Amino acid sequence: MSDRSFQKAQKRAAAEIFWNRRRRTLFVLGAAVLYLTVTLAAGWFMSPECYDIDYSAKFTAPCPAHLFGTDYMGRDMFFRSVKGLSNSIGVGILASAVSSVIALILGTAAALQGGALDRFINWCVDLCMGIPHLILLILISFMAGKGGRGVLIAVALTHWPELTRLVRAEVLQIRSARYVQASYRMGKTRREVAKEHILPQALPVYLIGVVLLFPHAIMHEAAITFLGFGFPAEVPAIGVILSESMNHITTGKWWMAVFPGLMLLTAVMLLDAAGENLKRLLNPNSGNEA
Amino acid sequence: MKKIMLTALRMLTLLTAISILSFLMMAKAPIDPLTAYIGTNSTISEDAREEIAEYWGLNDPPLERFMTWAGNTLRGEFGRSIVYKQPVLTVIKERFRYSLALMLIAWLSSGILGFVLGIGAAVCKDSILDRGIRTVCLVFQSAPTFWVGLIMLSVFAVNLGWFPIGLAAPMGKMASEVTLAERIYHLILPSITLSILGIGKITLYTRQKLLEILDSEFMLYARARGENTWQMVKSHGIRNIAIPAITVQFASFSELFGGIALAETVFSYPGIGSAVTAAGLGGDVPLLLGIAIFSAVFVFTGNLIANILYGMVDPRIREGFSHE
Repeated sequence: MSDRSFQKAQKRAAAEIFWNRRRRTLFVLGAAVLYLTVTLAAGWFMSPECYDIDYSAKFTAPCPAHLFGTDYMGRDMFFRSVKGLSNSIGVGILASAVSSVIALILGTAAALQGGALDRFINWCVDLCMGIPHLILLILISFMAGKGGRGVLIAVALTHWPELTRLVRAEVLQIRSARYVQASYRMGKTRREVAKEHILPQALPVYLIGVVLLFPHAIMHEAAITFLGFGFPAEVPAIGVILSESMNHITTGKWWMAVFPGLMLLTAVMLLDAAGENLKRLLNPNSGNEA
Repeated sequence: MKKIMLTALRMLTLLTAISILSFLMMAKAPIDPLTAYIGTNSTISEDAREEIAEYWGLNDPPLERFMTWAGNTLRGEFGRSIVYKQPVLTVIKERFRYSLALMLIAWLSSGILGFVLGIGAAVCKDSILDRGIRTVCLVFQSAPTFWVGLIMLSVFAVNLGWFPIGLAAPMGKMASEVTLAERIYHLILPSITLSILGIGKITLYTRQKLLEILDSEFMLYARARGENTWQMVKSHGIRNIAIPAITVQFASFSELFGGIALAETVFSYPGIGSAVTAAGLGGDVPLLLGIAIFSAVFVFTGNLIANILYGMVDPRIREGFSHE
């Protein structure tokens, strides 16, 4: 082996050791949190003047003054996209909070109570998963009167079934562990066992489930807003921006669609990667893999 | 056989519950069916309004309305669509024909391509090919369908001009004059968009499963006997992963149905997905209900086929052993 290629291989090996799963996870998680908080904060504190209507600058292609270009009313697409994504993240946080609490309660109740309650909860899960998710979102949003409220309720109420299944399976497994059984035998009440032994053990799986649920919530918000069941047209939201861009894409205004979508995609992928890495790391079977 | 019957029965109860639930949702919706039907700025008199309401049974108590609706539904009478001014069933049938072609192409191509790519990635684990396939799949999995559709439109239809911008047939042509080639031509972009939605999942799943199998002892034994990688994959790998992969593909009907709603809206393709949007936005309750139930039946069929397939091919499940 020549000297240079040997050095190269050594360098690569060192890099591989440095970028182990823990460092990678930390890095991706940090990037995801940073991206989301910065976007959320920027959107929150942004004054609406940033994306004011300016007819003199309509349909400007991306340039230094307007990074993402402008739309048919001359509104700056960069600021609109940031504001829009921050709205989506807001909905995502609220919705996944509600959904995850529902899932935690139903999942543990089903696993610990068993019997009829377990069957009933399973049946409910199947029920919700029996209608295509998007159709269910449309139905609920329609019922709740569309708009921001409709999309919030719809996204919050439809993301619990999968997480419920996950929590239920995890709790069932923990419950059958020896030390939990021993704890029952020693006279601890169900509530105590649930609090002391089961919930702390189920927490990692649950939290990862929440992290993985979050990007879905964001994406579903954008999807039903895009179809017209979510935020109204005057609110900057990724779905609204993309559905507007649909009218102008035929005339070659590609920037109206590309950049806002990329911002959404980045958010979803970062969160997904963070969740997947965490899942592998916290699972004892794969935690030590490179 | 008994198991299949039980599954079918369970699905029947679920279907009933879904119908009741959707009906309740629609009844609670703040949209007045009368206003939706005659339009907000019509000059119809108050008496005539009352007459229509009475004729439609809008003044009856909810339970009675539900019973009427359920009875009609069971006889296959879903009511009339307000947006399309046709019986709901006709609308669904007509539109589903378009959607079916779209879904079938997307479903088959994503399934076959995903399966092949997954095998390729697993065989060349950690190579550039594997990394490439994995990255692309992760991106595809996270990409919003409607955005992918828009990008496709922008690149292939607008900038390159290879494909039409939308619709299922050339504009201004009678439905009877449209040729098969034209239909296929209009199908290509939407179906690619739709396949992108599903391909990531099946590829990553196949890869994962095949890696597990390749790691097993019988594969080590096969290698020791002198089989090369292709022989191993062909005679021991594919047989073991084909059924789980097909099952996953059948279980993806739900996402597929959601996907057509988005893809058809982007491409203004006249299928069932764009009908859902139109129904929801136009306050067309009968059509929305009809499609919701239809979509549930569709998903159930997919799950049922997956269950049956699994049972037929895997003797352990057929004979009722637990899988663990």
